[in-house]
Amino acid sequence: MTALAHKSAPPAFDVSLIRKDFPILARQVHGKPLVFLDSAASTQKPRAVLDAMTFAFENEYANVHRGAYWLSEKATINYEAAREKVRAFINAKSASEVVFTKGATDAINLVAASYGCLALRPGDEIVLTELEHHSNIVPWQLIRDLTGAVIKVVPINADGSISIDAFAKIIGPKTKIVAVAHVSNVLGTVLPIEAIAELTHKFGAKLLVDGCQGIVHEHVDVQAMGCDFYVFSGHKLYGPNAIGVLWARLELLDAMPPYQGGGDMIATVTFEKSTWAEAPTKFEAGTPPIVPAIGLGAAIDYLNSIDRVAAAAHERDVLQYAMVELSKVPGVKLIGTAQNKASVQSFTMEGAHPHDLATVLDRSGVCVRAGHHCAQPLMDVLGVSATARASFGIYSTRGEVDALVAALHKAREVLL
Amino acid sequence: MNAVAHVETDDLKVLYQELILDHGKSPRNARLVEHATCTAKGNNPLCGDRLTVTARVNAGGMIEDVAAEGKGCAISIASASMMTEALKNASVATARQVFEAVHQLCTGKADVASAKAMLPTSMSEDVEKLAALRGVRQFPVRVKCATLPWHTLMSCLDGKVDATTEKV
Repeated sequence: MTALAHKSAPPAFDVSLIRKDFPILARQVHGKPLVFLDSAASTQKPRAVLDAMTFAFENEYANVHRGAYWLSEKATINYEAAREKVRAFINAKSASEVVFTKGATDAINLVAASYGCLALRPGDEIVLTELEHHSNIVPWQLIRDLTGAVIKVVPINADGSISIDAFAKIIGPKTKIVAVAHVSNVLGTVLPIEAIAELTHKFGAKLLVDGCQGIVHEHVDVQAMGCDFYVFSGHKLYGPNAIGVLWARLELLDAMPPYQGGGDMIATVTFEKSTWAEAPTKFEAGTPPIVPAIGLGAAIDYLNSIDRVAAAAHERDVLQYAMVELSKVPGVKLIGTAQNKASVQSFTMEGAHPHDLATVLDRSGVCVRAGHHCAQPLMDVLGVSATARASFGIYSTRGEVDALVAALHKAREVLL
Repeated sequence: MNAVAHVETDDLKVLYQELILDHGKSPRNARLVEHATCTAKGNNPLCGDRLTVTARVNAGGMIEDVAAEGKGCAISIASASMMTEALKNASVATARQVFEAVHQLCTGKADVASAKAMLPTSMSEDVEKLAALRGVRQFPVRVKCATLPWHTLMSCLDGKVDATTEKV
């Protein structure tokens, strides 16, 4: 996991060309150009993804892994080709290590239920951080309550960063699982995954990384990162929703019991006993999200077709610009200012609730997220009930930041 | 500015009119009722808004005191504040009728005249004030902000412990 970086000067990045690839960006909202600043919740989709999915439905659709007929064989080949694209994108050793799920939440629940059941005994410790999304908290609470394990929480610093020393104070001999975000969805903080992995493995525990926000902004090499599980969602990576990925080392997947039972995941079934298919099929009970997987594959093809290093530099530029310009708006307070952060910026405005801000901004065509961002424990730590959040993607521009700032000035007129 | 833009700005001005902003910034009865006979907690899981409604109802079914305390947006805080002003010294039966009228105003099912017609004439002035909340009808996702305090009050009067915007 290294931030995408060029060795030499970055080439010019033409965001206007990128924007043409995303049909929705041409539309208006409330009579104003759409300014979509909620990519951390879900990104918009390039034409290539929409076309690939339409083509699959119109020309090559049937159920997978079943039919002894050409169309089903073709659908299966396309579905498995998407798995290979994911494998290459994250540099997994084998496509068998790539499990398709319905999303990152599903993937974390899978690991918590299956690996948690295997590894956790009463008194064992699960280590989380204060900045986790609910989806990386609640599944662990469920398995904690079933196994008698205990949850420990690593605190954040005031700027939203987490120091490795804080992990060192909490991870210990009783730790069995460490589950952390790659990048915080509220603060944008990039976590020091390699160092956390090293600490985790020193005590023989396993590390799960919630990569929903990470894989969008950072180059991910699961082998180099040293984690044991990496999960992400398709819909935050310019792909469709209803598809997610669990990557895990093959020896872990082999040792883990199935999460759900059903068709496809079995080797043999009798009423006395059933046996399981090999990974990843063991974890893909029922008809999988076939076309969403193909759409995710197309999103990966799309990302591979652009200069991702330049795209990452562009996103950083937009973030830096936003941090400077937002700070100039009277009453605005930036939340999450860690040195190493991705293009997500939470903020509050003195005297205006984030929900009211979002309503006024919306009427200017500006879409921001307002609320607790599925991170209520983090809101408690920050001492706020909610924040507004602008998050940027490869198609975001400085001009959109200007539109946000203008809308915030209008919000001051309306609300204060 | 074109006609469309005018309409939108007007929508915002109606939603965030002076009365709403005033109650949102300086909510009345933002406290807990002493010797309350009932309490309920309201929760909007979408945005994390939370409030506690307490009331003291006497043997004759009159609301002697009612208050709402919590965190939320301008709409929910203003709605809670105006609710407590309107219903202090009202009967529980009237409170239920006012709830229904406000609900219909906020969802666009009633205008001010028909809301008034639903209630005793003694409530007419209060309904005119509460009608300020009907700006939310142009903002469907914000209707819950306006109605949360009212649902919480109904839970309170019904002897329930909590209310959520997701069940109603």
